[in-house]
Amino acid sequence: MQNKWQYFLMLVPGIVLTFIFCYIPLYGVIIAFEDYNVGMGFASPWVGWKNFQYLFSQPTFVRTIWNTLFISVWKLALGIVVPVIVAIFLNEMRSNRLKRFYQTLIYIPNFLSWVIMAGVLMDILSSSGAINLILNKLGIGTVNFLGSPRVFPWTMIFSDVWKGFGYGTIIYLAALTGFDPALYESAMLDGASRWQQIKRITLPLLLPTIILMLVLSLGNVLNAGFDQIYNLYSPSVWETGDIIDTYVYRLGIQQAQYSVGAAVGLFKSLISAILVVTSYVLADKVAGYRIL
Amino acid sequence: MKKKTTVFDVVLAVVMGIVCVTCVLPFIHLLAVSFSSSTAVAAGQVAFWPVDFTTASYEYVITGGKFLRAMSISLQRVVLGTLLNVVLMVLTAYPLSKDNLPCRNLLSGFFVLTMLVSGGMIPTYLLVSGLGLKDTIWSLILPGALPVYNMIILMNFIRGLPHEIEEAAWIDGASPFQTLVQVVFPLLGHSLATVGLFCMVGHWNDWFSGMIYMSDPANYPLQTYLQTLLVNFEQLLQSDTTSNIQEILSRMNARTGRAAQLFLGALPIMCVYPFLQRYFTKGLTLGSVKG
Repeated sequence: MQNKWQYFLMLVPGIVLTFIFCYIPLYGVIIAFEDYNVGMGFASPWVGWKNFQYLFSQPTFVRTIWNTLFISVWKLALGIVVPVIVAIFLNEMRSNRLKRFYQTLIYIPNFLSWVIMAGVLMDILSSSGAINLILNKLGIGTVNFLGSPRVFPWTMIFSDVWKGFGYGTIIYLAALTGFDPALYESAMLDGASRWQQIKRITLPLLLPTIILMLVLSLGNVLNAGFDQIYNLYSPSVWETGDIIDTYVYRLGIQQAQYSVGAAVGLFKSLISAILVVTSYVLADKVAGYRIL
Repeated sequence: MKKKTTVFDVVLAVVMGIVCVTCVLPFIHLLAVSFSSSTAVAAGQVAFWPVDFTTASYEYVITGGKFLRAMSISLQRVVLGTLLNVVLMVLTAYPLSKDNLPCRNLLSGFFVLTMLVSGGMIPTYLLVSGLGLKDTIWSLILPGALPVYNMIILMNFIRGLPHEIEEAAWIDGASPFQTLVQVVFPLLGHSLATVGLFCMVGHWNDWFSGMIYMSDPANYPLQTYLQTLLVNFEQLLQSDTTSNIQEILSRMNARTGRAAQLFLGALPIMCVYPFLQRYFTKGLTLGSVKG
């Protein structure tokens, strides 16, 4: 190999941009230990743990941690269960054409932005919207999906699962179609019903994929979905719907309390990093999955 | 395998059909609302077919001008941003795919680390404002110029290419740059299309950078503009006193206008997503290939 220096030349633009936009902000988290003022930038006066002490003395902040965990753990769990069920059912379908057609339909929502999805949800979930019209006809009465603190987290959980289950389904379906048909044929010869086939063959074979997806999503436990919640929440549901990211945004950017905002960001980033590393180590150990 | 159709199959097809319908109906409803008259919408008469068909909301989109301006900013961003993404991804992935590159692990570690830890929202915001990028299109493009995850997918793909092709080019005296441009790049085909499409969709869908980095609403990309509609389209319509728009406004309301604009904002994605789907599984499995 000659001209090796050319390889390094190719790397220069990527390294420079990554350094500026990823590593300088990484250094910038030191403002979490400072009292940031615009004139002095990242070299503002040092205050140590003061911002963190302030944060953890705020009940509104402690509340966001609990809300974040509640929403994201449910999203994680249902975000695995629902796609697995849908994938198994789709796989059981006789007509390949219908199966492919269904598959195409279920992931329309996945690729749309949360702004558009929020617009759609606000329309159909409003008190005079389609869902409440149906609920009223059924005699259940009007549900305040976006304004009631008790209902709001569940609206977030279910609408997120609804938006994303098509994505998960493809992954499981890809795994399912790779299974050896001979297994099913011999099971059928032995008189196994389709239900027994699902339970005894499909599910056990699918388990490694399920574990892999579970482990890989662990790193996201502190991301309860900023795009979704920011576009759908309101002060009346902060009590149960305010998550770490929306809190950072309001405090850090809207109220310009940069240091406190950065402190929350650092706290979250550290826990996330630990979770991501743990999950990748686990994924390697349990499922033999490596990204590099 | 020959099996006869049972009740189970019919029930399955119907149940799955209902599941699929829930993914589509809301958008059909949106489309119906956008073409209906404001009175029919206000009376709750519109389900999945327009009532008192009118194109007033779409006339507003064209004459109001804000939508089209935001869309042109988004288009600029998608083109410029994706181009930059693709160039940087290829330039970075190719050298990193070479096992005998000195310090390769250190260099790839430099990029991978940014997937694990980040400075978070606030320091990035302060940096972008500090560099004077606010209210320029660069604030939307530069911070995410090199998507590391997609770069790794591409790198793993390049590693999977037969070595003989490149070796033949080297023997013919091609430099690494020539090899990349004339030999490797044309082979990237599907995998580059996959990651490129993902970058495009990412640029089109991103509303948040527009919101924090653009202080003048005239600079909002489409999704950021749509986000403002969710919050206060009613006031926006009331404050609009342009004379040629009054007549259109009398035939529509905030709900139909919003529906029309949301639908138009979703339309490009609905057009490209079948392609995404085709490359999707491929991209996912590419990521798991270990070189």
